[in-house]
Amino acid sequence: MSRPYAKLPGWIDYGLIPLVNLIVAFAVAGLVVLIVGESPVEAAALMIRGAFGYGEGIGFTLYYATSFIFTGLAVAVAFHAGLFNIGGEGQAYLGGLGVATVALALGGTLPWWLNLPLAVCLSFAFGAAWAFIPAWLQARRGSHIVITTIMFNFIAAALMVYLLVNVLKPAGTMAPETRTFEAGAQLPKLRGLFDLFGVSLGGAPLNVSLFVALLAAFLVWVLIWRTRLGYEIRTLGFSPRAARYAGMSETRLIVFAMAISGGLAGLMALNPVMGDQYRLLIDFPGGAGFVGIAVALMGRGHPVGIVLAALLFGVLYQGGAELSFDMPTISRDMIVIIQGLVILFAGALENMFRPGVGAAYQWIRMRTGERAGVDVEEAR
Amino acid sequence: MMDFGAWINVIDSTIRLSTPLLFAALAGLYSERSGIFDISLEGKMLIAAFASASAAAVWGSAFVGLLVGILAAVGFSLVHGLASITYRGNQIVSGVAINFIAAGLTIILGQSWFGQGGRTPSLFGGGRFEAIDLPGAAALRDVPVVGRIYADILSGHTLLVYVAFAMVPITWWVMFRTRFGLRLRAVGENPAAVDTAGISVAWLRYRAVIICGILTGLAGSYLAVAQAAGFTRDMTAGKGYIALAALIFANWKPVPVMFACLLFGFLDAISIRIQGVELPIIGEISAQFVSALPYILTVVLLAGFVGKATPPKAGGVPYVKER
Repeated sequence: MSRPYAKLPGWIDYGLIPLVNLIVAFAVAGLVVLIVGESPVEAAALMIRGAFGYGEGIGFTLYYATSFIFTGLAVAVAFHAGLFNIGGEGQAYLGGLGVATVALALGGTLPWWLNLPLAVCLSFAFGAAWAFIPAWLQARRGSHIVITTIMFNFIAAALMVYLLVNVLKPAGTMAPETRTFEAGAQLPKLRGLFDLFGVSLGGAPLNVSLFVALLAAFLVWVLIWRTRLGYEIRTLGFSPRAARYAGMSETRLIVFAMAISGGLAGLMALNPVMGDQYRLLIDFPGGAGFVGIAVALMGRGHPVGIVLAALLFGVLYQGGAELSFDMPTISRDMIVIIQGLVILFAGALENMFRPGVGAAYQWIRMRTGERAGVDVEEAR
Repeated sequence: MMDFGAWINVIDSTIRLSTPLLFAALAGLYSERSGIFDISLEGKMLIAAFASASAAAVWGSAFVGLLVGILAAVGFSLVHGLASITYRGNQIVSGVAINFIAAGLTIILGQSWFGQGGRTPSLFGGGRFEAIDLPGAAALRDVPVVGRIYADILSGHTLLVYVAFAMVPITWWVMFRTRFGLRLRAVGENPAAVDTAGISVAWLRYRAVIICGILTGLAGSYLAVAQAAGFTRDMTAGKGYIALAALIFANWKPVPVMFACLLFGFLDAISIRIQGVELPIIGEISAQFVSALPYILTVVLLAGFVGKATPPKAGGVPYVKER
C-alpha cells in the first residue's frame, strides 16, 4: 500500500485541519477581493458588522442559518451512508409543495401550532419521496445517485414551474406564486423572545422553524450514533462489503438514508415558505440545497459541526448582503465563490494540508520535551 | 403541422444549439474515459464563456478570445486534476466546488471590470466568429429541397460549429485507433494494469483532464463569441449538465454522443416552438415538460429500462499505487 495518511489525534483531525482548510479558502477569497480592488480586511470587518453588529442583522443571520442546518443535515445523513445527495435543492423545492398543501388547505381553519407539525410531516414526506426515486434506482438498478439527483433537481424545477403557473396560481394574477396563506399557516416570528433579552430583531424573518432545525439536528445525532439504523448506515458508508457480509440489506439502507436525507432537505421549505413569505414562490430554495454540501463538509457530518457551519454561512449570507451596500463591486455572488472555495479546500483538497500538518505536529512533539518520547517508548 | 421551411429552421437551430453540448460532452468523454468523473463541465464552460468574451471585448479579436477562454477552462481543469489525481480527493465534491467558483467569479469579475451587472460589453465585427458560407451556397439556394438543405443547414454556421462536428470522428480515431486512446481507455477501466505496464497513471489522467479543459473552453467560447455577442450572467444555464446527460445517454462513445447532443439540441430548438401546439392523442405539451425531457430520458436510461449504461469501471475512484 501507498503511505497512508498518518493517524492524528482527534483535535487535529476535527479541529485544526478544518480550520486550516477554512483559512486557506478565505485567503483565496480575500485574493479575489484584492483583484476587484477592495480591501479584504475592510470587507471582512463590514461583513461581521453586518451579521452581528445589530439586532436585525443577527435575526437575518439566524434565519439563513436555519435553512442551512436543514440542508446541511440532509447532505450529512446521505454522506454517512456513503451517498452523495446533490439533490437537496430539488427535494427542498418539493418540500415547499408539501408545506403549501397544508397551508392552503388548513391555513384558515387550524392554528399555527397544529399546522406546523402537519407541515413538518408533509414537507418531510414530499422531500423524502423525491429522494426515494434516485435511491431506489441506485439500490436496485445501479444508476449513479449523483447523476440522478442532479437530473432530479432540473426535473423538480420544471415540475414546480409547471405547477405554479398552471395549477397553484390563483386565477387573474400574473405572478407565478400561490395566494398568501391565512394567519393559521404563518409561523410566529421570534421578535418577542429576543425582546426579552433586549435585542430588537426589527424586520428579520427569524421564526420558530429555528427550533425545528435544532430539534432535527439533535434527532440526527440520535439516529446516526445511538440507533441500530444509524449504526447500519455508518457501516454501509464505511465499507459496503462489511455491511453486506454482516447481513444488512443494502437496498433498505440506501432507501432509508436517502429518504431521511430528502426529508430533511424538504423541511428546509418551512423556513422561507411558512416562516417568511407566507406563499410558495418560484425558486424559493435559492441555492440553500447546494449550501448544504459546503455546510456538511465543513461540519464533518456531525450535527454540532453542521450547526456551527450553518451559522458561518448565515453570517456570510447576511454579512454579504450588507457588504454589497458598502462595496458595490462585491455583490452577493462573492458568497458563491466562498462557498465553492470552502467545498474545494474542506472537501476535495482535504488531503492537501494533512501531510504538512501531520509532519509539523510530529516535529513539535519531538521538540517539546521527553514526555512525548516516553509515550512513544511505551507504545512499543 | 409545420411546413418544409419551418423544419429547415428547426434543424438549423438544432445544429447551433447542439454545438456547445457536443464540445462539452466530448470533453467529458475524454475525462470520464480516463476514470475522472467530471460534473464541472458546466463551470468550465461558464468560465470559458466569460474569459473569451472579456478577451474578445478588450482585444477585439474572436481568436484571442477563444485562446483565453481555452486557457481559463484548462486552468480550472487542472484544479480538478490536482484535487482528484494528485490529492486523491472526491471527484464529485471537486466538480461541485468548481461549478460554484465559476458561477460566482464570472459575475464578480465581470462587474468589477466592465460594470454592466455581470455582463461583458457587446461584441461586434472581428470580436465575434462570423458565419461561413460554403462555396456555392447562394447559387444553389434555389434548387428545390437539396439547395435549401445545403444553403441553410450545412452552410452558414460559424467556424466552431464545423470544428465541433469534426471533433466527433477525430475523437473516435484518437480513442479507438491510437496508442494514447487505448491507454486512456485502459486507465479508466483498470489503472493497476496500466501502472504495471510502466505507464504513469497520473500523467495519462492529467492529459485527459487537459483535453477536457480545451474542449470545454471551446464550448464556452462558442456560447459567448459565436452564438451570442458577449457574456451574460449564468449563460450556460445547465448546458453542462445536459452535456453530461448526453454523454451517459451515449454510453461514453463518440458517435452516439453526437446523436444524443443532436437529440437534446432538437428538444431545445422545438421547446420554444411547441408551446401551445395541440398534438393528436397527447394534447397540449407544456414547454416545461419539453425542457425537462433530456433529464427524464437520462434517468430512464440510467435506470436500465431502455438500453444499459456502462460507465468506465474505475471512474470516480482515486488511484492508489501498490507498494
